[in-house]
Amino acid sequence: MADKKADAFVDISDVVCPITFVKVKVAIEELEDGQLIEVKMNEGEPIQNVPRSLKDEGHKVTRVINNNDGTFTIYVEKGGLV
Amino acid sequence: MTSVDYKELKKGGFMRQVQPDHFSMRLRIVGGQIKSEQLRAVYEISQKYGQGYVHMTSRQGIEIPFIKLKDIEEVKKEMAKSGLQTGACGARVRTITACQGNTICPSGLIETTSLAQELDEKYFARDLPHKFKIGITGCRNNCLKAEENDLGIKGGLKPKWNETECIFCGLCEAVCPTKVISINQDEQKLEYEESGCNFCGRCVKSCPTDAWEGQSGFIVSFGGLFGNKISVGKQMLPIIFSNEVLHKVIEATLTFFDKHGKPGERFGNTLDRVGWDLLEKDLKEVL
Repeated sequence: MADKKADAFVDISDVVCPITFVKVKVAIEELEDGQLIEVKMNEGEPIQNVPRSLKDEGHKVTRVINNNDGTFTIYVEKGGLV
Repeated sequence: MTSVDYKELKKGGFMRQVQPDHFSMRLRIVGGQIKSEQLRAVYEISQKYGQGYVHMTSRQGIEIPFIKLKDIEEVKKEMAKSGLQTGACGARVRTITACQGNTICPSGLIETTSLAQELDEKYFARDLPHKFKIGITGCRNNCLKAEENDLGIKGGLKPKWNETECIFCGLCEAVCPTKVISINQDEQKLEYEESGCNFCGRCVKSCPTDAWEGQSGFIVSFGGLFGNKISVGKQMLPIIFSNEVLHKVIEATLTFFDKHGKPGERFGNTLDRVGWDLLEKDLKEVL
């Protein structure tokens, strides 16, 4: 799973809450269940809250990469928790 | 003319105003909640006996200013009809404050509202050497500012890792504020250094596979002050997992203050004077 290539990518490191999650939601809308999206976000509030919100909506975080530049890249499987 | 016992009135929630024979009436509010039908009674009383407004206090309370001395008994009767009671002022346990806790808030780690009611029933208005404030906050976000209270209670979650559920995604490591989790994704290994954990519960809340389980508990702080002197309440005990033990700790703390506190001396100042280790000793005995 961790090595699977993402089907989509969204960068939310240029926006703040609540636009962060909105942007991810819009991007996920385009996908089918089981597809993978790569999301780049800032450390701090986005990494604290966005993955938790994804969990609440039934999407599964499968891998988190610390880019060591103040950002994280996470891989999310659409509907992976449903 | 009979003399007015202002001290007794203050004890019962009637604070003397600058204006002669007028009082700001404090209501007994628990955990910052009031029923909407009671709010209607508050409205009616402030219209009929006050000046048509209420004051929201700094500790989630409601006061109705401009209640006249001659109306006090009548106002009390009106309040009783809707189950409203007057609050407390002076040297005793004050309003128990609380955030909405995990009943409402996604960040909440404990049930704060029911705990506030429990504490109110047991300790509200108990006479002590000085005012004594108790506040409950549901998590480390600390919306209810636990450490500014004489006794503060904060929700915590003690995490436990279940290897078989873990997919080593690395999210818990990313969200952990104390950096006590480290994951090696390639080798599928996780290390957790429990001693440095602050029980914030973020690993548990964020984990996509529920590989982290959490046990809810109370983190108690003592001796906080935010008045003439400001000091932050200190944590002296490990996280507490049962209401029963929490009550023992509160009871022991109030007994300690009653025994060692001087009239007009806040709890934190008593501890500074007699020594914090003395309280610690008493608390360890009840644990």
